[in-house]
Amino acid sequence: MLNYTIRRLLMLIPVLLGMTIIVFSIIHAIPGDPAEVILGEKASNSSKEALRKELKLDQPLLVQYGDYLKKLAAGDLGTSIRTREPISAEITPYLAATLELTLVAMAFAVFFGVNAGILSAWKQNSWFDYLSMLIALIGVSMPIFWLGLMEQWLFALELKWLPSIGRMNARDPVESVTNLYLIDSLLSGRADQFWTVVKHLILPGIALGTIPMAIIARMTRSSMLEVLRSDYIRTAKAKGLSQMFIIYKHALRNAFIPVLTVIGLQFGLLLGGAVLTETIFAWPGVGRYIFDAIASRDYPVIQSGILIIAFIFVLINLLVDLLYAAVDPRINFK
Amino acid sequence: MSQPAIKLAPPPPAKTEVSSSWRDGWRSFRKNRLAMVGLGIIVFFVLIAVLAPFIAPYDYKEQELVNRLHKPGGEHWFGTDDLGRDIFSRIIYGTRISLWVGISSVVGSIVAGTMLGIVAGYYGRWLDALISRFFDILLAFPGILLAIAIVAALGPSLQNALLAIAIVNVPVFGRLVRARVLSLREEEYIMAARAIGMKNSRILWQHILPNCLGPIIVQGTLGIATAIIEAAALGFLGMGAQPPEPEWGKMLSDSRQFIQNAPWTVIFPGLSIMLTVLGFNLIGDGLRDVLDPRMKS
Repeated sequence: MLNYTIRRLLMLIPVLLGMTIIVFSIIHAIPGDPAEVILGEKASNSSKEALRKELKLDQPLLVQYGDYLKKLAAGDLGTSIRTREPISAEITPYLAATLELTLVAMAFAVFFGVNAGILSAWKQNSWFDYLSMLIALIGVSMPIFWLGLMEQWLFALELKWLPSIGRMNARDPVESVTNLYLIDSLLSGRADQFWTVVKHLILPGIALGTIPMAIIARMTRSSMLEVLRSDYIRTAKAKGLSQMFIIYKHALRNAFIPVLTVIGLQFGLLLGGAVLTETIFAWPGVGRYIFDAIASRDYPVIQSGILIIAFIFVLINLLVDLLYAAVDPRINFK
Repeated sequence: MSQPAIKLAPPPPAKTEVSSSWRDGWRSFRKNRLAMVGLGIIVFFVLIAVLAPFIAPYDYKEQELVNRLHKPGGEHWFGTDDLGRDIFSRIIYGTRISLWVGISSVVGSIVAGTMLGIVAGYYGRWLDALISRFFDILLAFPGILLAIAIVAALGPSLQNALLAIAIVNVPVFGRLVRARVLSLREEEYIMAARAIGMKNSRILWQHILPNCLGPIIVQGTLGIATAIIEAAALGFLGMGAQPPEPEWGKMLSDSRQFIQNAPWTVIFPGLSIMLTVLGFNLIGDGLRDVLDPRMKS
């Protein structure tokens, strides 16, 4: 296992390097003069020259890339053109906001997806099975930005049950410690704010979690169906074990490996989907940070934001691979 | 005495076999009710796209400012938007954009992905290592994010959005084809073809490629669904089609500020995206059951 972990970590190196090359190329792929694109056509020659110097665009490409890598290794993600702040400091609260949203969305997706999948497989061809698979089918075909807009319209604007945008009651903020507001509001002992934070999380969480939920439900169902037909399940039934015990203890453990793969993959997609969800719900996360940066042509922020999300994505995929061993002792990594 | 020990069976009549296997496939596809619903949806949208000028009651660019945000009714079936444009007509013309982007970007990904996948799988060694790492790197980015990055660099336009979506999906097909080629390469009939001195290009073209088609078609159909959503997402973020193009995602973002007073401006474009995507997903699932039984869920 240790060997396998080390090998997987070493295999990450070329991928990470490749990622930096792609992200580094973004600014160089701009047709024409990047400085002019960033500052606008009316910018003076001297300010364009200054920006070129600042972004080191006047240096040879290899020197630029070497410099970029050196800075990255030191944890320097560059400086935002718009705010003049170092990105590594600026991005932290945005990252926390995205993390909170994706974790909630994933929890929603896994809980409902896995259980709906189990129940569908157990009661195969029942009305529940048909209904949940129909919902899953529509779920995977749903553009999340549209689902988000519809939720906002129905539950926030028409029914006024839930807030339509933001993360919490901004007029009465709690002290940020972790920037995860669920935790921060608890830390400061503010039950009222905790409840507002929960309410703010519901709509974007569901919007973001629906597609993964649908995919997880379909995967769990088909994987469970396969396992439920196997001999050892029949034996367990013959021994008179309870249904719940058979399903959650015997069947799910074996059925869970493909589901785990899907969950890991979906987590990465959530990070991408967060860009759209955060735009709709004015959620101050990395997705929105990148989106705003695109609107104001803040290329260093675009580059670093995308790099960070891709980096997290790669780490999650690695974790999922390593988790296999924990879930399925049959997997041998030699 | 001079009788050969093994009598070779006459080669099967290839042509009829191919066509009959397609016919078998169609027969079992037809039995899949959901897949047929999907086919119905897509045929419907294709007809709308083709016949757009004859169906659309208005020009999609035509503004009637006195009639802005008009409720759906007899004159404007799906209502009008904030510039008084007929939403029904815009959705009809938008079908052309979505189908075009979905299909052409997937064709692009398939061509590039198949070529890279075949080279990687068949020739192996350093080429395989190089191409596979390239796929790994592209797949290390969440798809929509990589597409955003590409469009951010190239500038927002429908053309660049299409290109970005095509690039993002290349490794999906590349990996699929590579895996298939790797297993095919070890098959006895490929070795036999090599042993009798058949050229690599001919082996690839006549034996390997046709055997990769099934999974490619399945993945391609599902890929069109993803591509349509990605294009709409880029349009929604303002990185795809530009005004006055009636792209569905762009229509959503243009109208979202009016959602409370004029929800129809948002409901219909979204429904259209969902239905088209659903159609391709249903066909894709059906095709998978027919063409690629191992992937059957």
